[in-house]
Amino acid sequence: MQQRRELDQVYTNRKLLNGQLDTPKWWLPTVVTLGLIVMIGIAVILVMVNKGLGVTGLARPVYWGLFITTFVFWVGISHAGIMISAILRLTQAEWRRPVTRAAELLTVFSLLTALVFPLIHAGRPWRIAYWIMPYDVARGIYPNIRSPLIMDPVAIGTYLTGSTLFLYIALLPDLGNLRDRTTGWRNAMYTVLSLGWRGNPRQWKMQTVGGILLSALMLPIFVSVHSIVSWDFAIASAVEGWHSTIFAPYFVIGAVHSGVSAVVTMMALMRWLWKWDDFIRPEHFDALARLLIVVATGWLGFTFLELTFALYGQDAPEIALREMQMFQWPWNGLFILFFLTAYAIPVPMWLFKRVRTNIALMFWTSILVNIGMWLERFLIIVPGLARRTPFVYTWEAYRPSPVEWTIFIWSFAWVTFLMLLFSKFFPLVPLFEQKESQVFTDDVMIGRAKVPAIVREAD
Amino acid sequence: MSTQSILGLFQQPEPAADAMDGLKEAGFELGTFDVLTGTPYPEGAFGEHVPQHRLFRYPAFGAIIGFTLSIFLTSVTQLAYPMVTGGKPILSLFAMLIIMYEMTMLSGVIATVVGIVIESRLPNMKPGIYDTRITEGWIGVVVTFDDDSKVADAEGVLNRAGALEIKHA
Repeated sequence: MQQRRELDQVYTNRKLLNGQLDTPKWWLPTVVTLGLIVMIGIAVILVMVNKGLGVTGLARPVYWGLFITTFVFWVGISHAGIMISAILRLTQAEWRRPVTRAAELLTVFSLLTALVFPLIHAGRPWRIAYWIMPYDVARGIYPNIRSPLIMDPVAIGTYLTGSTLFLYIALLPDLGNLRDRTTGWRNAMYTVLSLGWRGNPRQWKMQTVGGILLSALMLPIFVSVHSIVSWDFAIASAVEGWHSTIFAPYFVIGAVHSGVSAVVTMMALMRWLWKWDDFIRPEHFDALARLLIVVATGWLGFTFLELTFALYGQDAPEIALREMQMFQWPWNGLFILFFLTAYAIPVPMWLFKRVRTNIALMFWTSILVNIGMWLERFLIIVPGLARRTPFVYTWEAYRPSPVEWTIFIWSFAWVTFLMLLFSKFFPLVPLFEQKESQVFTDDVMIGRAKVPAIVREAD
Repeated sequence: MSTQSILGLFQQPEPAADAMDGLKEAGFELGTFDVLTGTPYPEGAFGEHVPQHRLFRYPAFGAIIGFTLSIFLTSVTQLAYPMVTGGKPILSLFAMLIIMYEMTMLSGVIATVVGIVIESRLPNMKPGIYDTRITEGWIGVVVTFDDDSKVADAEGVLNRAGALEIKHA
């Protein structure tokens, strides 16, 4: 932590509340542009609902395509929040401080976006409520809890509710801070939202103990969510490549890889856009990259195991699928691109400290990872269905339509739009965490070296 | 006689801790004075009363409720619409466990959040005397009285400890 700087609380307030108390020049044009893309996306979704799924490229035998791939992708991104926030909080990792809120926020908004995809994928979204919650007492029909398609919304609903509450509880001290810095309707809003926060020892203790308790409770949920998402595929036991026994941990570690990479992307953007050089420092990127090397290598191990298990079984359809994924155009091109972007390019680069502490390089490598991780989901989902089998009705290859691509782009604009709207009203970096870091840190002399020392409470 | 309070403002933790010690020595009861900060300090940094809480009971209580509800939901819905699959029992235990797990955890999380709010003594829409500089690094020592005669004593303690400003409410 050699890059830590002595920052007083007035400066910390001014810098970290610059998005709420002032409006950066780029903010409004960006929000308007994103808002337009969001509106176009919503219009396209409405057209699709009106015309039916015929406007997509989905057709027999490929019924799960871009929408489900993007659903899995956003659920994966959502794993950033708890991985970063809960695990680092529990282990009292000092470098977590500027990262936690952005990670939690990414969890909430990416889950909200992920939920849209199964909804619109169903073709008639209004019927999905009846599918998930058909508590129809008159006819005695209830949800089939044996289906992963019920387990999935239950798990994601739990994760979304828990993450939102976690985010709100950790926001309370900063809402109190905003209440103290604002006037008029904004002051009234923050007064209500902060619930009358004062900052006495009882409230701070509850923040600390409650934060640890919530972290511990959210971790098992975090593991269960992507496990259950992976079981969505396990129900189709006839589809090769969808029912590997390692799918649950494979999906979880893949989600952590893409989620933590998305946090790196977001941190770089936050540093550049809001000029938070004093708070989001190269040391934080260095720590995240070290974590990513471990996660990515673990994930690669699972990828290798998945392929090994498939080939070792000597099951002809399974081998045919792997052959198609790796050696037939266009899947082979996508497979190479996936391997290069998800691992082969970024991870060897992160082995060098010069790269880990170079924010531009970290930004671009984290983008690469998420291109690769999206392709990974696409290569898991689509080839299994698209493989030519003797008795399918059609051997038509799946080509996502412009409607699907537009909705795919909409999802990115939507998450960014929500993030920027949030940033106008709430701080993206927890102020009280930054200030706590200053209180709990001091410089000590060891020989002739001045070293920052961090005090950690015993319980 | 109405309840009133005063707030002494300090810029450093040491004089604030001296003020807290002084109030104790002057006979002010625990619970009638408190310290307000814009950032967490190590527990006991101001010699303050370490707050007791029951937060750990909330998630356990929530989890028990969630678990009970989940048993009811998963078993009753299957029994109400019995669908025999491959001759297996109607109640599919492994599938039930997944829903039961999620509902237990969800209730545990919600109860914990409720617990954090209640144990923090929130919401408190009339929080009393306060100063916005507290969230800029100042430290407030707030003293509450039922008896006006003690106001001067408390002011004396705060002044001797080095309060930079004293506010009344």
